[in-house]
Amino acid sequence: MTALTVRFFASLREAVGVGDLDIEVDPPTLVGLRSALATRLTPEQFHAIDMAEVCIAVNQAIAQRDTPLRAGDEVAFLPRVTGG
Amino acid sequence: MRADIRVQLEDFDIAAEWAACRQRCGGECGAIVAFGGLVRDRFGDSAVQGLHLEHYPGMTEDSIRRIVDQAAERWRLLDVVVVHRVGYLAPPEQIVLVLAASGHRPDAFAACEFIMDYLKTDAVFWKKELREDGDAWIESTAGDRTRRESWGQETPAEGAST
Repeated sequence: MTALTVRFFASLREAVGVGDLDIEVDPPTLVGLRSALATRLTPEQFHAIDMAEVCIAVNQAIAQRDTPLRAGDEVAFLPRVTGG
Repeated sequence: MRADIRVQLEDFDIAAEWAACRQRCGGECGAIVAFGGLVRDRFGDSAVQGLHLEHYPGMTEDSIRRIVDQAAERWRLLDVVVVHRVGYLAPPEQIVLVLAASGHRPDAFAACEFIMDYLKTDAVFWKKELREDGDAWIESTAGDRTRRESWGQETPAEGAST
């Protein structure tokens, strides 16, 4: 199991109800994280973060589908940015 | 080119930022263009009581730095200052400051406008409007996207989805 910190921003933080949570994933991939979140969150919360326009950043860099995850990584779920 | 990028809760003093920029640039500088953005009290037909701006510390500053770097590739710049506020802001508070300093005014005008147009679409901020008819997270407007696209640059990187 790989321990990660997950952060939610703006509308996603409101949908999930917390700004961050610690979670363990196996395997350490975004697909593994998705399964872990599907178990951890309610269906409504999970639906909010699982939408196509949600961006994922790993350690503050926009992730690709195959970005590997390591213990202690910060994975952020970002709604579409609205600019300054 | 020097770049000073700050994201902060506190208000800023345009005169002080201008004076510091002018001092840093010295005799090479022929033009400083300043843009100050304010919180408007209307959005379309609805009254806006305020804005709440959220950012991702670190990633937001990086996103602004990339915009400033792109401007520095296109124009000759001596100094750029971007100060962006976050948190709760009420009309008519200051929300953003952009200073672009150059040897000559065409580069300073163009860079300031370019940086501001990109900030409106690409910078990592989320904005919630506090209105009488309810609070709402807002999206960049079609007008903002058109202005950004008019600079003829690549589109932002697409992120992964679970």
